[in-house]
Amino acid sequence: MNVLVILIPVSLTLGLIGLIGFLWTIRAQQYDDPVGQASRILLDNEPEDRLP
Amino acid sequence: MTAACSACAVAPAAMEIADITTSVQLSVPSIRCAACIGAIEDHFRHLQGVREARVNATKKRVYIKSDLPEDKLVSALGDIGYKAYPLDQAALSTDEDPVGRDLILRMGVSGFAMMNVMLLSVAVWSGATDATRDLFHLISAVIALPAVLFAARPFFVHAMEALRVGRLNMDVPISLAIILAAGMSLYESLNSGAHAYFDAALSLTFFLLIGRYQGHRTKSAAHSAAAELAALEVHRADRKVGRRFESIPVSELNIGDTVLVSSGVRVPADGELLAGEALTDRSFLTGESDPVNHARQDTLCAGEINLGAPFEMKVQAVGSDTRLRRIAELVEMAENTRNSYTSLADKAARVYAPVVHVLAVISFLGWFIATGDFRHSLNIAIAVLIITCPCALGLAVPAVSTAAISRLYHMGFLVKSGTALERLANVSSVALDKTGTLTAPGFTFEVDGISAAHSAIAKGLAQHSSHPVSNALARHLSDVEPADICDVREVSGCGVKGTWHGQSIALGRGAWLGTPGSELTLKITDETIILPFAETLLPGAKEMAAGLKDRGLQLEIISGDTATKTAKLAEKLGIKNWYACKSPEEKAQLVREHTAANGTCMIGDGINDTAALASANVSIAPGNALDATRNAADIVMIGDALKDVPAVVSVARLSVRLSKENFGIAILYNIIAVPVAMAGFATPLLAALAMSTSSITVLLNAMRVRL
Repeated sequence: MNVLVILIPVSLTLGLIGLIGFLWTIRAQQYDDPVGQASRILLDNEPEDRLP
Repeated sequence: MTAACSACAVAPAAMEIADITTSVQLSVPSIRCAACIGAIEDHFRHLQGVREARVNATKKRVYIKSDLPEDKLVSALGDIGYKAYPLDQAALSTDEDPVGRDLILRMGVSGFAMMNVMLLSVAVWSGATDATRDLFHLISAVIALPAVLFAARPFFVHAMEALRVGRLNMDVPISLAIILAAGMSLYESLNSGAHAYFDAALSLTFFLLIGRYQGHRTKSAAHSAAAELAALEVHRADRKVGRRFESIPVSELNIGDTVLVSSGVRVPADGELLAGEALTDRSFLTGESDPVNHARQDTLCAGEINLGAPFEMKVQAVGSDTRLRRIAELVEMAENTRNSYTSLADKAARVYAPVVHVLAVISFLGWFIATGDFRHSLNIAIAVLIITCPCALGLAVPAVSTAAISRLYHMGFLVKSGTALERLANVSSVALDKTGTLTAPGFTFEVDGISAAHSAIAKGLAQHSSHPVSNALARHLSDVEPADICDVREVSGCGVKGTWHGQSIALGRGAWLGTPGSELTLKITDETIILPFAETLLPGAKEMAAGLKDRGLQLEIISGDTATKTAKLAEKLGIKNWYACKSPEEKAQLVREHTAANGTCMIGDGINDTAALASANVSIAPGNALDATRNAADIVMIGDALKDVPAVVSVARLSVRLSKENFGIAILYNIIAVPVAMAGFATPLLAALAMSTSSITVLLNAMRVRL
């Protein structure tokens, strides 16, 4: 049962990291434009030579 | 506008020094894909004077920080092939959605807490005992209690609000179940009890928050689309300053200002006509489709549309003093007195909550009398409360209406009220306004029978008048060569006359030319020919009438226009009941009577319909109606969605049926689960399984509304 001493803090920490990540996505306004965010991955970073 | 302060307008040099970057929002409906986003943002990146441009593809808007005036930005987008419309910042208010963000935050917190507690619970369910079990329970408590207190706050707040006014809503049993589950589990954990329901309390919160967030999202999408409609109408007026005209927002008009009203534009404020004559469409005020003639010094009302030549007028009332605004205030009063509707969910809660609470009390008393064990009896009573699962019941209605509203949104209908669909499913008649709702401004002629010579004369005369009926006639006879006419003279309010090959000819109102009736008449010396014309039916009006009848709804037309016109239209659409020449008050009265009798849905667009819209069970307005009208309506249709109105009725009926099915599922589940819980066999594992299955069944059933 000693393994619990390590495993429980590990699992809680992982959960906490997930939660912090989630809070960050809210703060970064990632839920304001779901359609746009999904399309943006298709864009190159160089702004030149693209469609009209 | 970029030049925000008057000082800048006076001293243009100051503009270059001062940093007057303003943010502008443009609506660009044609944004579709990644290429559009890239193209627009690129284009603005290279445009001088633009600080920042960002596309929101969900809302189909572009946010721009720029020194350039709005029209420059719009034309810049036009250069690359995107049609853009400036949005009025004031009408949009704030673009942020604090409520949605708050809900998603709570949802996230409860979700993460639920997962961790579930992880620990699995260990307990698979057989952890003694100290290990107690440790796991205590860790669960440390995670669950703060999470529940934070995440379930919206339910607590709503439950308190309902209790304070002595009502029961769905949030009362939900809050009670959450609080008791958490409290009892804490007590059990501290006293080495076998069962803790922390995961149940958290998953209850989590599932219900999902429902709540979805509901909020669809509603706020409809609201922001409605706000966008309002923001698209940029309210501006051309004020005369010296010899020039300057374009200013309507809110800056003062009494005594002289304004120019161009052709086809709405009159910005109430005032007095300065020009010799004017022709306006005031159908939105009265429902009358015929244009109204005005002479010098006549009073014009804000909102009338100028159909003739541009004219000048002197402003006599602005803002809240205008007639338009006063009518809008009447509507507000009508809305406040509207019968409060009890939603399906509230009705269910009123039955459900007492039943559950009584069952819990019975279980407690039964067990206490039988065993005398207070703690055990209390545990069983709380298990009953948790396992009756307000979860499925809480999701039953919101899940369906969310799916239905988003389906209608894609069909071009904005549903602004959550209970609108339930109310629509229950109506048995539909009251229709005529002008603007069923008919478009403009006329269709039925003059195929007249001779070529007569058409040529009619066209020749019609060309000389700017009256809308003449314009329509000239357009109808577009392939006719006009006759040569001299001495043409327009008689205001009557018609046009002239001479043709020595014969005196005239085109105008029947009464003016000596024939009975008000039909358009062509007179050649002594011969009179009646040119019958009818109003243009809006596309989809016929399909709508037929579709609504197929669904067993009684149709009626309530119009402010003349009896002849209304009767003609009613016949065309096959509608037996019609009322003509109704004032706004009479319209509202009629609708109120029918609403009381058997439920009515009102469809209308004019200011004269607004009170009627607010009095009906449920109301629909077209998107091109005025602000006040759209605000009074529960459902707003965008574009030519008229033919889809019957489909909305179908969706509404389907969604009510599915909601009831969902209640059925929840009840069925309770019939099985409650006896188990009352017998004392409920375990946290059973509760968790039952809660998830029932919630997911209900959510899946709700999805059927999209089929």
